[in-house]
Order: sequence, then C-alpha cells, then structure tokens
Amino acid sequence: MIEYLEILGQEVYKIIFLLVPILVSVAMIVWLDRRVWGLVQKRKGPNVVGPFGLFQTLADALKYIFKEIIIPASANKVVFILAPIITMTLALVAWAVIPMSEDLVLANINVGILYLFAISSLGVYGIIMGGWASNSKYPFLGAIRSAAQMVSYEVSIGIIIINVLLCVGSLNLNDIVIAQKELWYVIPLFPMFVIFFISSLAETNRPPFDLPEAEAELVAGYQTEYSGMMYAMFWLGEYANILLMCAMGSILFLGGWLPLMDIYPLNIIPAPIWMILKILFLFLLFALIKAIVPRYRYDQLMKLGWKIFLPFSLIYLVLTASFLFYFDKLPKVNI
Amino acid sequence: MNFSRILKTIFLVEFISGLYMAVKELFRKSKTINYPFEKGSISPRMRGEHALRRYPNGEERCIACKLCEAVCPAQAITIESSERSDGSRKTTRYDIDMLKCIYCGLCQESCPVDAIVQGPNFEFATETREELYYNKEKLLENGDRWESVLAKNIKLDKPYR
Repeated sequence: MIEYLEILGQEVYKIIFLLVPILVSVAMIVWLDRRVWGLVQKRKGPNVVGPFGLFQTLADALKYIFKEIIIPASANKVVFILAPIITMTLALVAWAVIPMSEDLVLANINVGILYLFAISSLGVYGIIMGGWASNSKYPFLGAIRSAAQMVSYEVSIGIIIINVLLCVGSLNLNDIVIAQKELWYVIPLFPMFVIFFISSLAETNRPPFDLPEAEAELVAGYQTEYSGMMYAMFWLGEYANILLMCAMGSILFLGGWLPLMDIYPLNIIPAPIWMILKILFLFLLFALIKAIVPRYRYDQLMKLGWKIFLPFSLIYLVLTASFLFYFDKLPKVNI
Repeated sequence: MNFSRILKTIFLVEFISGLYMAVKELFRKSKTINYPFEKGSISPRMRGEHALRRYPNGEERCIACKLCEAVCPAQAITIESSERSDGSRKTTRYDIDMLKCIYCGLCQESCPVDAIVQGPNFEFATETREELYYNKEKLLENGDRWESVLAKNIKLDKPYR
C-alpha cells in the first residue's frame, strides 16, 4: 500500500511538473498571439500589465475567476458544466506523450502518435456538448459547424500522419524524432507539411477557419452562453490545443527536439529549448496568419477539406510509398 | 481560371506575399499611442469642456445677453440674470447640462464677449449624473484653471473666425 502511494506520489509530482509549465506557457502564448496581432495591425497590443504586458493573461484569468458563472435556465446543466472541463482536460492530457527531449517525457508509449491523434479528435466532443447543452441557436449552429469542420480535417491529418509513419516505421514519438536525424521530414514531405499546417489551423478553429465562432454571424459560437471561469476554461483548452498542434507539427516535420544541425554551437543548446523554439516558430505563423487572412465561407471550407486536401494527401501517400518501395528504403521493422 | 491563376493558388503566392507584408509591418512603428500616458495633439478649435472666462481684472465677461441660451440646439443652457448694484447686467445663474450638450460649439460662436468657450479638456468623466450638471461656479472655476490655454487658443483661431 505504502509503495503504491509512493509511486502515485511520484507520478503526481511529475504531472504537476508537466502541467504548470504548460499552463504558464499557454498564458504567455495568448499574450504573444494578441501582441503579434496588434503589432501587425500597427497597434500596440497588450502592454500595460507587467513587463511588455506579459501578465495580461494572468490578470484576465484572475478577472474570470471572480466573475459569476451564469447557467441558462433551459440548459442541460450537467452537460453544460462538463463541456469546458472536457475541452480543457483533453487539451492537457495529450501533452503527456509529447517528448521535450529524449527522456524528458511523461509517458513514452509505443503508440504515442495514435494516442495524440485520438485525443485531439476527442476535442470535438467538448465543443458539441457545449453547443448542444446551451439550448440556444448560436451555440448550436457553431457546434454543428465545428463538428463538421474538425471531422473533415482530421481525415487529411490522419493521412498526413500515415505519410510520416511510412518513413519512420514506428508510432513512438521519440522514434519519429530520431528518424529525422539525417533529414527533417519538412524537406521531402514539404507539401504534406503545408497541408498539415493548414489542417491544424482548421482543427483548432483558428482564422481563416474560425467559422464555429464567426462573431459576425454566430456571436461567439459554442461559447456564447458561457461566462466566468467556464469560458476561461474553453479559452485555455483552445490555446493548449493550438500549442499541441504546434508541438505535433514540430515533432512530425521539424525534427522535434533535434538541433537545427548537428554542429558545435548548435548542438550544445539543450534539446527542450530546440523543441520550444520550434513550437514558438509554428505558433508565430499561427498568430501572423490570424492577422492577415479573411474568413473562409462554409462551403469553401468543406470543398478545401474534402476535394483538395484529402485527394492530394492520398496521392502523396501513394507516391511516398512507391518511392520508398522502389528504392528499398522502407523502414525495417524488427518484430 | 487561367493557368497562371491556378499555379498561384497551388503555390499560395498571394498568401505568402501577405505573410511577408505582415512580417514587414510587424517591425514598423505602431500608429497608436499609449493613451493615458501619451496624448495626441489637440487643435486650438477643440470643442471640449465648457468654461466661463473673466477679464484680466477679475470681472466676469458674461453680460447675460442669453444669445448662447437661445442658439443652443440641445437647450442645455439655462441663464437667469439681474442688475447688479453698479448698474451692470450680470448672470445670477448660468447652468449647462453637460449630458444634454452636443458639443456643437454654437454657444462659443454666438458669444459677443468671448465669455463662454469650449476648452481643450475632454477628460471630465464623472461617476454620477449630478456632477455633470455644471453651474456658474464650476464654469468660472474651469475658466480660471484653463485661462492661459483658452486665451492662446482663441488668439490662434482668430484669423479663421
């Protein structure tokens, strides 16, 4: 019994060490997002609270904590409360398998990428539940759109992941990173990287695919009826998801925690810093894109997902497979 | 769609040029200012908070002609007057309802003695409605506080009136 508790204690300790940095970095990333958005539009962005306004998100979160949580009379109470909890939990749970360096990972499981894919697909449930339980038309429409959008883009993300897995021969995220020691997959699979990036924009409901919360038509989409801490949880979950997609992109295509080149001044920088730099680079792209693009129309969104991305990634999958087979470069699997 | 347009779409040309522009703009100076700490410049014609001015000897300028009261489109000004012991006509009451006022500047324009003016101050928000019903004392106090700026602004704007 004591032993069991000891192990449990160790795990909790590890989990806290994983969660706290993630929550802090989510706060910082929200600041970065708003700041970049502002600077591109020639505004200043948040710059009052703390140095450069860095603590703006913390101040916002503090405000949300003291706000009243309003539950609509006609809402389904249990589901309504459950929805933000599910969104945030799923967004955080997925971080368990993200390797920050060769051994700095909470759970180095052999089906890491599958787990990641499954969890990020589950994310749509939080949104559907939130939209349905609000029992109001805007959240409902937003949730329907969101569900359709996330499901369609998940398909092409899945095929892109298969592309990478063909080259690696393992589902373990660390193996995927190590396999890129010679050449990052962003070079041979560049079109897939672009499609992955655009799909991850759609997956996380970011502009130009922010239809679920298209404020001109749907107020705030599935978040319309939420207030106080529950809204903040949706918001946290959303940004944790964005960071997760950035981490996934950097692991699959940008060599994860590997340095830029294995030469002297670059390879003494610790691996987690490389990982963070790559995530930040991808996130900066996310933030810049938010500032420059208009929103897609719903039918254009569906057309892009099903008629362009899906066939293209399928064709590329066949190409990759035949290339690997023809040149006998298929990864050797030792069973 | 012609061929070059298709190529442009596939290679995301427009998108990348947009991204390039965004990065370029990112490092340029922003057009906005840190408002409470920095303030933009204000024209001498600024129609802000009202003030009643005095002559340099301390005598109030207003002669209670009630032109401002008559011209005020929002009927925000209320004036009552009486004859003073030295025979001059002066206001006993000069109220402006700052909530009714539309800040059109007609009172300032109609005033023959430059008594009622609209100064450069625009930061006079209050927490209650009652504080925005200005009376004569408040307006004269404003005039005393802003006199140097008001006189300068009137002088600067004189050629255009």
